[in-house]
Amino acid sequence: MNTKTVNPVMGMLKNNAGIIVVLLILCVILSIASPVFLTTDNLISVLRQVSNNVFLALGMTLIMILGGIDLSVGAIVAVSGTLTVGLIVNNGLPIPIAILCGILIGVAVGFLNGLIIAKFKLPAFIVTLATMNIASGIAYIYSGGRSTRITDSAFTSIGTGKLFGFIPLPVIYMIIFIIIFMVVLNKTKFGTNIYAIGGNREAARLSGVPSMKVEITVYTIAGLLAAIAGIVLAARMYSGQPSVGSGYEMDAIAACVLGGVSMAGGRGRISGTIFGVLIIGVVSNGLNLMGVSSFWQLLIKGLIILIAVLIDAQKGKKLPFSFKLAK
Amino acid sequence: MTDTVLKMQGIAKSFGGTHALKGINFELKAGEIHALLGENGAGKSTLIKVLGGIHKPDKGEIHIEGKLADISSVQSARDYGIGIIHQEIVLVPELSVAENIFLGREPVTKWGFKDKKKIINQAKQMVEQLGLDIDVSTHVGELTVAQQQLVEIVKAISFNVKILVMDEPTSSLSDEEVNHLFVTMEKLRKQNVGIIYISHRLEELFKMSDRITVIRDGSYVGTTKTSKIDAEGLVAMMVGRELGSFYPRTYSVQEDEVLRVENLSRDKVVKNVSFRVRKGEILGFSGLVGAGRSELMETIFGAYRNTDGKVTLNGELVNFKNCIQAIEKGIAMVPEDRKRQGLVLENSVGFNITLANLGNLMQNGLIVSEKKRNELIKKYIKDLNIKTASADIAVSSLSGGNQQKVVIAKWLATKPKLLILDEPTRGVDVGARAEIYAIINQLAKEGLAIIMVSSDLPEIINMCDSICVMRNGELVAQLDKSDMTQENIMRYATGG
Repeated sequence: MNTKTVNPVMGMLKNNAGIIVVLLILCVILSIASPVFLTTDNLISVLRQVSNNVFLALGMTLIMILGGIDLSVGAIVAVSGTLTVGLIVNNGLPIPIAILCGILIGVAVGFLNGLIIAKFKLPAFIVTLATMNIASGIAYIYSGGRSTRITDSAFTSIGTGKLFGFIPLPVIYMIIFIIIFMVVLNKTKFGTNIYAIGGNREAARLSGVPSMKVEITVYTIAGLLAAIAGIVLAARMYSGQPSVGSGYEMDAIAACVLGGVSMAGGRGRISGTIFGVLIIGVVSNGLNLMGVSSFWQLLIKGLIILIAVLIDAQKGKKLPFSFKLAK
Repeated sequence: MTDTVLKMQGIAKSFGGTHALKGINFELKAGEIHALLGENGAGKSTLIKVLGGIHKPDKGEIHIEGKLADISSVQSARDYGIGIIHQEIVLVPELSVAENIFLGREPVTKWGFKDKKKIINQAKQMVEQLGLDIDVSTHVGELTVAQQQLVEIVKAISFNVKILVMDEPTSSLSDEEVNHLFVTMEKLRKQNVGIIYISHRLEELFKMSDRITVIRDGSYVGTTKTSKIDAEGLVAMMVGRELGSFYPRTYSVQEDEVLRVENLSRDKVVKNVSFRVRKGEILGFSGLVGAGRSELMETIFGAYRNTDGKVTLNGELVNFKNCIQAIEKGIAMVPEDRKRQGLVLENSVGFNITLANLGNLMQNGLIVSEKKRNELIKKYIKDLNIKTASADIAVSSLSGGNQQKVVIAKWLATKPKLLILDEPTRGVDVGARAEIYAIINQLAKEGLAIIMVSSDLPEIINMCDSICVMRNGELVAQLDKSDMTQENIMRYATGG
């Protein structure tokens, strides 16, 4: 949204300088701590691991810029994966039809979120907390709480396939979605309207922004992305599991906040969110490589999020140490 | 009555490289109302902050009652008897009037509990002393804005102030409430309190102040007795040049009717209103706060469904379900509250200018053309002389006048046929005001039909071809050029 012609790459680096510094420091520490970290194989595997969070965080970014939040995306991941695999394995549905059903249920939950929030002006937190439980409940009821194995490679290759033999397909999907979302948010009327609603809802309405339509669309998109994430994940894990996805929404929110998306709405960028996702992903990967137990990983991840957000909050204030770049 | 209570001499203050104040002189006598006038950004608030102990001056001396004062903190300013009433009300709505007055220094009983009785009695005494009719045990949140402002004054005075600063106290008050405030100011004057009064409304300054000091770009321009100067002279002092005619109205009404409203009603706030606007006409709407003017405009603009009546736009009967339809048919509305309704404050100037017009800036139906967008932004920043460092900075960093120009630019970009301006110059300094009047006049000359809602009587009388006066949701009179006097308007507006 610049009027001067600024090099978009430079602009992106400048806008995210603080978080990029954090990411680089983490990478340096991890490459010293583990010789495996900087290998091509490992870096590709980091990208594959973060792709799932990217799907969720992209939708979450739009929602948070709008001034909302979506707690239901983790549960959508579970319900869409479970349903898709179940329909193929138990009901013998053709794979494309089953995938369509899995996507539809995610879209339906997202649409329901948006409709209730926009139409009845209820807080997004409560509405999506409720639909989170509903979606999660459906996944457990449908599957009876058991995970369903699937070995049909026509389905599993969606998650395990590789382009040119070395780039995992989920990474390709991720890149495509990132590009689409950057264009939508920065270059379209729809994207501008999202910023306007999050920045000042009343001014947006009086300027002719169709706020209800925009809001419903945004939540529906987030549901769609979560459903895709669920199907890709199920394919990669060779199974539909109703217990998967719990806590995913928190990783997505954390990534957004790390990337500078305002909890109050109106501000945020896709590029920031992507760097946020990368920080969380790099930390998990590095700790795994070092053989740190998952209990300790949780604690360390929490601390890193806290520190990164604290550093980011210094933007515009007096900078405590040499994070001048972040300004 | 003539002892000097405050003397500020050669006050200078810079922030980084910018000199906010360059040697300001200011003098206040006991029992005097001394107006401080200057455009936004001239340095008024910096000067007040120096007086209030928030900023320390780089140079200059402050004498209070003849003695050199060292105001080092907000607390010490208070100890010197300086009270400041800020534009924004800073009371706790959940506490009572009395509790607010004594907040942070509540008298306690010997057991260490809050002495409620004493608080109430003392507060009552103070309120009565000023002749106010406010129950001190009501919660502040239940009071009107005007009453809250009076509570702020009581609170300030309770610190035994000798110097009271009032920063635009009337900007959100109705005329009646303003009068009440003035009565209170007169009482304070009799108690020998010196009042520094900041306001953009020139009539108020002429009515209330004894002297006026003008500052411009951080420099002291001069001090004059109010009785020795007129509005044009003041404006010239403020902007540093003659503005020519302040209200540059040229008659441009054409015969073609743009809007016809017949028997329009909405709930209980708009009742049976009929009027019409022609091309090139500026139709004014006057009335007290709450008379239904803004509600009428919002109804025409489709922001609320009209319950009854007929609206005809360019000969076509319309019934807008929402603003989007109204904008499509060529109506634009600059709303009453710029910050709440007009702007997305933290977004850029360019973002705001193009917000209502993105549909026309597409390059292939989906993607917004960066080139068209930038051209449009550049054109309006130039045409309306919007003073901004760049199109990319947050609109919140602009002065009130320039913010308003951004809102106007947003609507002109939609190429409207009818422009509704609701309080177009509220909180706008005199220089920018003159520019906005010139813009409005030019638009009318180009054939735009304009509705102007305003509480500023001189403004509406000088700019409009005809004025509708509203009272309690009804249109009670439509005054022609020859009948437009302040007295006439007020008589119809109050029903007196």
